Amino acid sequence: MSGTITKVSGPLVVANGLADANVSDVVRVGEQRLIGEILNMTGDSASIQVYEETSGLGPGAGVETTGMPLSVELGPGMLENIYDGIQRPLPEIRDMTGSTIARGIEVPALNRERRWQFVPTLEAGAEVVGGDVIGTVQETSAILHKIMVPPQLKGTIKSITGGEFTVADTVAVLTDAQGVEHALTMVQRWPVRIARPYAQKFAPNRPMNSGQRIIDTLFPIAKGGTAAVPGPFGSGKTVVQHQLAKWSDVDIVVYIGCGERGNEMTDVLMEFPELTDPRNGEPLMKRTVLIANTSDMPVAAREASIYTGITIAEYFRDMGYDVAVLADSTSRWAEALREMSGRLEEMPGEEGYPAYLASRIAQFYERAGCVRCIGSDEDRRGSVTAIGAVSPPGGDISEPVSQATMRIVKVFWSLDSSLAYARHFPAINWLTSYSLYVESLQPWYEATFGADYMKNRSQAMSILQQESELQEIVRLVGQDALGASDRLTMETAKMLREDFLQQNAFADIDSYSEYRRQFLLMQLILQYDALCRDALEKNAPMQKLFAIPARVEIGRAKSVPNDEYETVYAQIGADMTAQIKEIVAGGEEQ
Amino acid sequence: MIKEYKTIQEIASPLMLVKQVEGVTYDELAEIELPDGEVRRCKVLEVEGDTAVVQLFESAQGINLAQSKVRFLGHPLELGVSEDMLGRVFNGMGEPIDGGPEILADEHHDINGLPMNPAARAYPAEFIQTGVSTIDGLNTLVRGQKLPIFSASGLPHANLAAQIARQARVLGDEETFAVVFAAIGITFEESEYFIQEFRRTGAIDRTVVFSNLANDPAVERIATPRMALTAAEYLAFEKDMQVLVILTDITNYAEALREVSAAKKEVPGRRGYPGYLYTDLATLYERAGRRIGKRGSITMIPILTMPEDDKTHPIPDLTGYITEGQIILSRDLHRKGIVPPVDVLPSLSRLKDKGIGEGKTREDHAGTMNQLFAAYARGKDAKELMTILGEAALSDDDKQFAKFADAFEQEYVNQGNEVNRSIEDTLNLGWELLRILPRTELKRIKPEMIEKYMPEA
Repeated sequence: MSGTITKVSGPLVVANGLADANVSDVVRVGEQRLIGEILNMTGDSASIQVYEETSGLGPGAGVETTGMPLSVELGPGMLENIYDGIQRPLPEIRDMTGSTIARGIEVPALNRERRWQFVPTLEAGAEVVGGDVIGTVQETSAILHKIMVPPQLKGTIKSITGGEFTVADTVAVLTDAQGVEHALTMVQRWPVRIARPYAQKFAPNRPMNSGQRIIDTLFPIAKGGTAAVPGPFGSGKTVVQHQLAKWSDVDIVVYIGCGERGNEMTDVLMEFPELTDPRNGEPLMKRTVLIANTSDMPVAAREASIYTGITIAEYFRDMGYDVAVLADSTSRWAEALREMSGRLEEMPGEEGYPAYLASRIAQFYERAGCVRCIGSDEDRRGSVTAIGAVSPPGGDISEPVSQATMRIVKVFWSLDSSLAYARHFPAINWLTSYSLYVESLQPWYEATFGADYMKNRSQAMSILQQESELQEIVRLVGQDALGASDRLTMETAKMLREDFLQQNAFADIDSYSEYRRQFLLMQLILQYDALCRDALEKNAPMQKLFAIPARVEIGRAKSVPNDEYETVYAQIGADMTAQIKEIVAGGEEQ
Repeated sequence: MIKEYKTIQEIASPLMLVKQVEGVTYDELAEIELPDGEVRRCKVLEVEGDTAVVQLFESAQGINLAQSKVRFLGHPLELGVSEDMLGRVFNGMGEPIDGGPEILADEHHDINGLPMNPAARAYPAEFIQTGVSTIDGLNTLVRGQKLPIFSASGLPHANLAAQIARQARVLGDEETFAVVFAAIGITFEESEYFIQEFRRTGAIDRTVVFSNLANDPAVERIATPRMALTAAEYLAFEKDMQVLVILTDITNYAEALREVSAAKKEVPGRRGYPGYLYTDLATLYERAGRRIGKRGSITMIPILTMPEDDKTHPIPDLTGYITEGQIILSRDLHRKGIVPPVDVLPSLSRLKDKGIGEGKTREDHAGTMNQLFAAYARGKDAKELMTILGEAALSDDDKQFAKFADAFEQEYVNQGNEVNRSIEDTLNLGWELLRILPRTELKRIKPEMIEKYMPEA
């Protein structure tokens, strides 16, 4: 079925003669066979968004529909790879056309030549339903890729063979209830705009450990949860996203660079193979899929990149893995929506964004969650955690994208430029951020660390809150107007800020901090607070308490090597107790 | 045979509607010939059926609908590139205006360029010594970075940009360099200042100038930076040169874009700028960088003036989201007579971490940098408090921080436009200033470093 172009306006192309095409079909446009997708149909005329630059296209050129919606290929070979927004492998494009991306390139997402060792886990004659694992492939040293029956199929395995195969080779044959035979390969296709099915969804109740103190201790996120990281430029959104991609205790990370800087993706590409996962010692790249549609790449493909990423995440979730999707930045994705909406001459909503902006954002985040996977085994559970960066213009979160995002996500890490100027990183503001998972994760924290972890958390939050109130007073009348107990609160808050919340992403040891370490460090600071409070009641001199040597040690506690911190922190605690005791004794003597 | 059309239906500058056209494609370059033989250039913005919407690069004055002829040239706007461009001056459309001969082009390149494959980028990591302490020490520039200067009307951004162009070098490196300078809607005086500076230092022979001055056609400004970047890409990636691109002033560019957008009756985004301003700016800025397997690089310093000194205005805001940091100039410091008036705290270089440290600059660089930032921030807070409550209200520590902040501005920031400080000088000066502070407050620096560079007397 082919049509003819009648109008070209940037990435929007209108063509008629396409009566047989469906809305959302992928089409090939012009002689260069540019990839596009049908957005709207009027009679036999289709509005098409083209995923590549349309320069040189004019009325009269042909349009061909593929009859298929925009889909991704799912199978071995995605890990360690970097794709553009419509899942074209960028390293292969580089080998074909050099440093720049030429137009109309067709490359399969999964390499058709590479052979994988397929190990069947079923035998012929087995009854299977969609989602059942028929075999495995050791895709990378870190990840065992499970080959599943596509969701829509069920029946009996007629034959299955192990051995070395390419993704397109038939590894098994399935006979369905009608007696029709289906050849199963290691690759599945799935339309990106449709969520992959699951058996049941659960409320998340396990935390995702990120190794970032302010996140894990103050504003935790659950596996299967949703979070947003809004902030003005220069506040460290991307560093936070990179840190989460590096250190989160998930099995798979899908990182979507959506309309952001090219060098940031290069950075990930260079750095991740060098970094090792603290949990299994494997290079982090072995568990990572990258989607890069940088800001200079075509805007329509940027719109698709978010869906491409989350569909890949859902596929790994279906294997029973915990997956984190990091999207940087959803604002650029929303701008791509706005641009296409404008070209379609739709009635704009707020700030020119289309009226369906909020529902699209909600649909994206709703694809996250903790699920029981489809398949006949009852206990396979996986999760998709979605974390989106938001880039509000001027850092003002009253704009539509931030507001629509805040309505749907459960965790909000609000980045603050004034913290960034003072080089307080991560610049997550502890007063405006929140996590709605604190309550549902409490049982987990209590079972793992005892009651103190969460108790410490609320105490620390309360000290920080009091500090901000006291600062108001200090600003008006000066520090001397405060009583000793309030002065101590200010000091403890300062320690919490500088010695606990600040974390250097570029320092080897401090970049990742395990739970136990976070817990002990927090204990030390709160112990200092408690001891000093006690000492002040016994009229110990305040200035001396603030100047004890153990405080300097706490300040340096972040850089203690990982195998020594237990003993060093215990030593600091003991020193601190002794030093304060001495001051109290001295105070009484006078 | 190129067809000529005498079917101009409508002109509403800068747009023109041509009817009954055939075979016209999107983004194609066209020429319009006036009855007196004058030829002006334009490009196709939209084509629907046999109607083309065409954008003029120059004024519409004097165009007669009935007698003017339009020719569509079958290719997008191109620039003929050659190494001979070095030392020459072109107008905003890439035509020589220095009285010299036409350029014999080696190749013709589409000025829009192609997006760079992120998998083919090489990460910028080579330290560029600009000789300016606030940049080298605190907001380090690396080769292949795009680092804009956020200025405002009346601030000396030109002097700083010229100082960087004059002093910038990569330590221990003998690569050939080139400067590509695009004047976008700036005044003759400002443009002349840059050209004189290049002349004074002899850099003019290695410089390509594209000049669209304030009285040149505004819409031409949309092409000017793309011309410059096309030339830069050729010199960097085909002729292995280290190219520094200075684009000034991006604000004028964005205004030209807004003018065209308004004429097309597009739904405006913030402050009337088109919704695609981010994407459009990104297609300029992202052309900076290094590529795997190429020796050359493009380092970009775009300059923009913030309307009302407002950093949240769409132009600086969207620029900041794309570029790898920003150098912000401060009116307060300028009033205090500090040269260059770099506002250190909101300034940032995102790529500094890979370009500093042992083997690149010096082992103590990262620690002292963080310490200077943190101390200056605290010192400024203390000074603010002091203006409200008086000096007596400050703690002893805070008094020292306030003193540090003053000294920092006077000595570290205020180096003048002619002083070229080596990175060692900059780092040593940092240590000098840190001595003002109590030793126990130097928490951002490793104790070994403090021992080594600031031994206790």
